[in-house]
Amino acid sequence: MSALQIKKGANKHSAYNLRPTFSDVEETHTLALLVDNEAGVLARVIGLFSGRGYNIDSLTVAEVDHTGHLSRITIVTRGTPQVIEQIKAQLGRIVPVHRVNDLTVEGPAVERELALLKVSGSGDKRVEALRLADIFRANVVDSTLDSFVFELTGASDKVDAFADLMRPLGLVEMARTGVAALSRGSVA
Amino acid sequence: MVVQALKDQGVDTIFGYPGGAVLPIYDEIFQQNDIQHVLVRHEQGAVHAAEGYARSTGKPGVVLVTSGPGATNAVTGSTDALLDSIPIVVLTGQVPTFMIGSDAFQEADTVGITRPCTKHNWLVKDTGGLAHTLHEAFHVATAGRPGPVLIDIPKDVQFANGTYTPPAKASAQRYQPQVKGDMDSIIELVEALESAKKPVFYTGGGVINSGTAASQLLSELVDATGAPITSTLMGLGAYPASGKGWLGMLGMHGLYEANMAMHDCDLMINIGARFDDRITGRLDAFSPHSKKAHIDIDPSSINKVIRVDIPIVGDVGHVLEDLLKVWKSRGRKMNREAIAKWWKQIEEWRAINCLNYKPSDKVIKPQYALERLEALTKGRDRYITTEVGQHQMWAAQYLTFEAPNRWMTSGGLGTMGYGFPASIGVQMAHRDALVINVAGEASWLMNMQELGTAMQFRLPVKQFILNNERLGMVRQWQELLHGERYSHSWSESLPDFVKLAEAFGAKGIQCKDPADLDDAIMEMINHDGPVVFDCLVEKHENCFPMIPSGEPHNKMLLGDASTKDAIKEGGAVMV
Repeated sequence: MSALQIKKGANKHSAYNLRPTFSDVEETHTLALLVDNEAGVLARVIGLFSGRGYNIDSLTVAEVDHTGHLSRITIVTRGTPQVIEQIKAQLGRIVPVHRVNDLTVEGPAVERELALLKVSGSGDKRVEALRLADIFRANVVDSTLDSFVFELTGASDKVDAFADLMRPLGLVEMARTGVAALSRGSVA
Repeated sequence: MVVQALKDQGVDTIFGYPGGAVLPIYDEIFQQNDIQHVLVRHEQGAVHAAEGYARSTGKPGVVLVTSGPGATNAVTGSTDALLDSIPIVVLTGQVPTFMIGSDAFQEADTVGITRPCTKHNWLVKDTGGLAHTLHEAFHVATAGRPGPVLIDIPKDVQFANGTYTPPAKASAQRYQPQVKGDMDSIIELVEALESAKKPVFYTGGGVINSGTAASQLLSELVDATGAPITSTLMGLGAYPASGKGWLGMLGMHGLYEANMAMHDCDLMINIGARFDDRITGRLDAFSPHSKKAHIDIDPSSINKVIRVDIPIVGDVGHVLEDLLKVWKSRGRKMNREAIAKWWKQIEEWRAINCLNYKPSDKVIKPQYALERLEALTKGRDRYITTEVGQHQMWAAQYLTFEAPNRWMTSGGLGTMGYGFPASIGVQMAHRDALVINVAGEASWLMNMQELGTAMQFRLPVKQFILNNERLGMVRQWQELLHGERYSHSWSESLPDFVKLAEAFGAKGIQCKDPADLDDAIMEMINHDGPVVFDCLVEKHENCFPMIPSGEPHNKMLLGDASTKDAIKEGGAVMV
């Protein structure tokens, strides 16, 4: 019996990653989870993503119903349609997860993110930063003689655009909350 | 309170090992007689024993271990139960709440460690919530797709007095999986079944987990439709091996006729199986011309690896009941003519006789040993457990199962060392039954300390060890894949198994001559007590048939002659 010639790292034909009948186009989806606000629930959700190799683009979590001990987790994730379906089904299996909503496919939704940006500089740059902040309707929440901290709320691409403009004007630090999202219309 | 909750949940047996952080619970156990505690010799054994108990009874198995090393030793068994969907409730002791996080003696982050290897777990920080959590744990372990759960109880919570609340109704629980299948999908499946020319049922462990009624419904459906049925390793026994629709096991070491039927069918009905990679082989060539239906209680199993045309989320028993009702009410239609032709094709595949092997009168062939074990135990209500490896596949091929809950094996995780403790759990649940663990010598040594448990509790488990002095499956893969470089796959310095048995006070039998085998097996069966049967078998036998990694169902290897260069570059990276 002859030895097989195995190329290192050759996994092109591996059954583990062949998904022939499925679309390979990655999509970005925003998922909203209603979960029991109990110890370890966030670890369960994050552990699912890391354990099964799914992506997290952003994640926000906070209690939304104090008497009912319910928290809302909003996750922006990327994957092929089949992976997205798997993620939703796997999230649904977690015992403290009450509801999984895919806001990307379940009708229109609003998505907002809050960002704080610290911009240092003086002279023209400082004036320009303030002028652009006005255009983006960003608020000044802290100011020194040579810096501003801007507060900006909006969709992620608006925050991206503002940050890109601030970079040459002296952006030194930024904090973003990640996406919070709700479906439009009157029902939950 | 813990013991009271266990009693109220109908627990009669627990498997465990005491330690500092569970002493208050052990003190409770000492003062009662309703629950029997089985002292194992290693915590891993406790979990596997509980799995054997659960798998053979349909009831959840219960484990009680201490904090730190007790909990970490339970991790393998818990993962095993998760992969095979076995309901297990593991109770672990924990250091007192005020010491958590201080790196206290025998402290480990048990809920952190076991989060990915349980269906759910809890750290109970106040006694008030203890009873509720215990009851919820039993509900989560058994409802929906079963699985292991773990409750971590700090020692001060065990000591404190609290108000006990009896179990609430299951409907009051937050965890409520869907059990009824969608009627439109069921009707769609019936329509597909009525017109199918080459249908095949592909069933799995989910049928057994759904209960004996589900197995009966399955047999009724298969026999009434006249369609062939194959099963995964985990599903053996749900449909009787003597039934007329039975093709045998499918998959990597499944029967030729079963795999060919899967490949060529035009309607595949997956009932409680999960398209595991041991089953599907190469995905892009998996059953290319079939319409696929999938009945599963776990929505995440559907479309996970194979896209199906008719997904039905629900409990197998409920769905089968509805399916039969609809099919009958529509006039029990089937394309009988086409199915008769389909069976003719299957008979041609069967005529290849894929389980054929070269017999010998000089050495015991492992296949022969299992054929004789089968012949000499047939007709008895027999429970079989296995370890993991070649012997496991041969046992699945050569032994037959007429009823569910008679076959306990580590399928998904492939845990060597599972079989012996599992046989102890089975024997605890069925004291008078014949319980045989078909083992390899290497797997058996992984949990051989449980011989002490078998002796202490007078459990007459039979350890049928096919001893080839090799890690047979590893050796086989090295032969096929790594140029016959047998790196560390032989068992050197093996013990004398007869003397080893005798050292524990058990009976040891060694057999190496095929002519003596029948008498030796009968001696094993007739001995009233644990037996370690050292069956010296052919050392270089390979397990066939086999689907090489990276190949589809219709590219099976049937024997040694066809193995040359069987695994191509792509297949070589897979396990």
